[in-house]
Amino acid sequence: MRELRVTPIKNGTVIDHIPAGMALKVLKILGITEESSDSTVSVAMRVTSKKSTLKDIVKVEDRELLEKEVDKIALVAPNATINIIQNFNVKQKHKVELPEVAKGILKCGNPNCITNLREPVETEFVVVSKSPVRLRCVYCERDLENIVDAIT
Amino acid sequence: MSMKFEGRDILSIKDFSVKEIMHILKTAKKMVPAAKGERRDESLRGKVLATIFFEPSTRTRLSFESAMSRLGGRAIGMADPEASSLKKGETLADTIKMAESYADVTVLRHHHMGAARLAANFSAKPIINGGDGAGQHPTQTMLDLFTIWTEKGKIEGQKVALVGDLKYGRTAHSLSYALSLFGAKLYFVAPPTLQMPKEVVDDAKVGKVRPKLTGDLNDVIGKVDVLYVTRIQKERFPDPQEYQRVAGLYKVDVGLLEEAKKDLIVMHPLPRVNEIHPSVDGTHHARYFEQAFNGVPVRMALLALILGAVE
Repeated sequence: MRELRVTPIKNGTVIDHIPAGMALKVLKILGITEESSDSTVSVAMRVTSKKSTLKDIVKVEDRELLEKEVDKIALVAPNATINIIQNFNVKQKHKVELPEVAKGILKCGNPNCITNLREPVETEFVVVSKSPVRLRCVYCERDLENIVDAIT
Repeated sequence: MSMKFEGRDILSIKDFSVKEIMHILKTAKKMVPAAKGERRDESLRGKVLATIFFEPSTRTRLSFESAMSRLGGRAIGMADPEASSLKKGETLADTIKMAESYADVTVLRHHHMGAARLAANFSAKPIINGGDGAGQHPTQTMLDLFTIWTEKGKIEGQKVALVGDLKYGRTAHSLSYALSLFGAKLYFVAPPTLQMPKEVVDDAKVGKVRPKLTGDLNDVIGKVDVLYVTRIQKERFPDPQEYQRVAGLYKVDVGLLEEAKKDLIVMHPLPRVNEIHPSVDGTHHARYFEQAFNGVPVRMALLALILGAVE
């Protein structure tokens, strides 16, 4: 019999096919590292997938993800799948999708960009390439060099 | 993109198609007599232009004010916005909303990239980008294109060398993109430390011809139709020693031009320091003062188009 590394959850969300090592970034995006968070979370890192490559899995109990959270996850894990679990069954399963425009979820890495000043605007990036992910700031027109660190 | 100009912002050259740019250049050509004061034009009578310059400027500001006056309109400006609004902690968004209530169109120069696009978010009236730090300066690009077009008859197929500070020079960035869009052949001449940023080189591949990069002006001087020289900008150098080392690396003088094509034209966005020797001014190659003048008809065309005085 196959042994499960992480037990099934009754209700909540399973984020699968996260690139190996990126699970902690996903936790950060979900705010699970914050003290105020009360979700029960299981993390599996460097698990062998069916395609025999390594992947990470994150399971969050009793919680569904917000649209902005899914958009952020798509930036660090473009091939992730989101499984919504209800009563131990997968109610919904979908791949994350990079939005055409990433609005208000990233900080521009260019210190000379106007969005890094105290101005009342949300940052805005257009996806210029999906694989590899390349984002360009709508304001300063520069490409974001480190996407993971830029997530707010 | 439609060819509607009325009410439009002028933020980045990338917002315009070849067809639209050509329409602007053709409109500018019709403006030349009025720009020289040979014909009276009152088509913007009663209209007000606000010039908000957070960075010093001579040509851009003067030529915008001249352009507005030549069309019968008025220009108002802040003497020193850095001292007035910013010191009081006002956001750019608020400054722009204020300007919007005083004028029909605003031209903004700011040291931060993307400032004009931000301004456009807060103004229902058109915003013109008069230069945003190391970012864009679309009206400069348009007057550069206008100069090449009027001097050479067409832009497509022209061999153009951009020389000097290609890393920090926003003029070179926007121009290389636009020239490539028009199908010009590009040569980027700069020392490795001042070569074009990768993104700009990638952007310059929008055309069919890939730009060639070199550190040696002698490689290209005999081949090109246009020599576009830029100043090594001291203020954009973090290290003064590095500035000293590269400043004056490329000097255009009468001797160098002996190797050039007969009909080569030399352009420069000005101000120059010592990249072009004054002895070049008297040769038939020099076009930088005509280029500076061209800022007036091109900006007249843009003002007339976005304020709906011409179609």
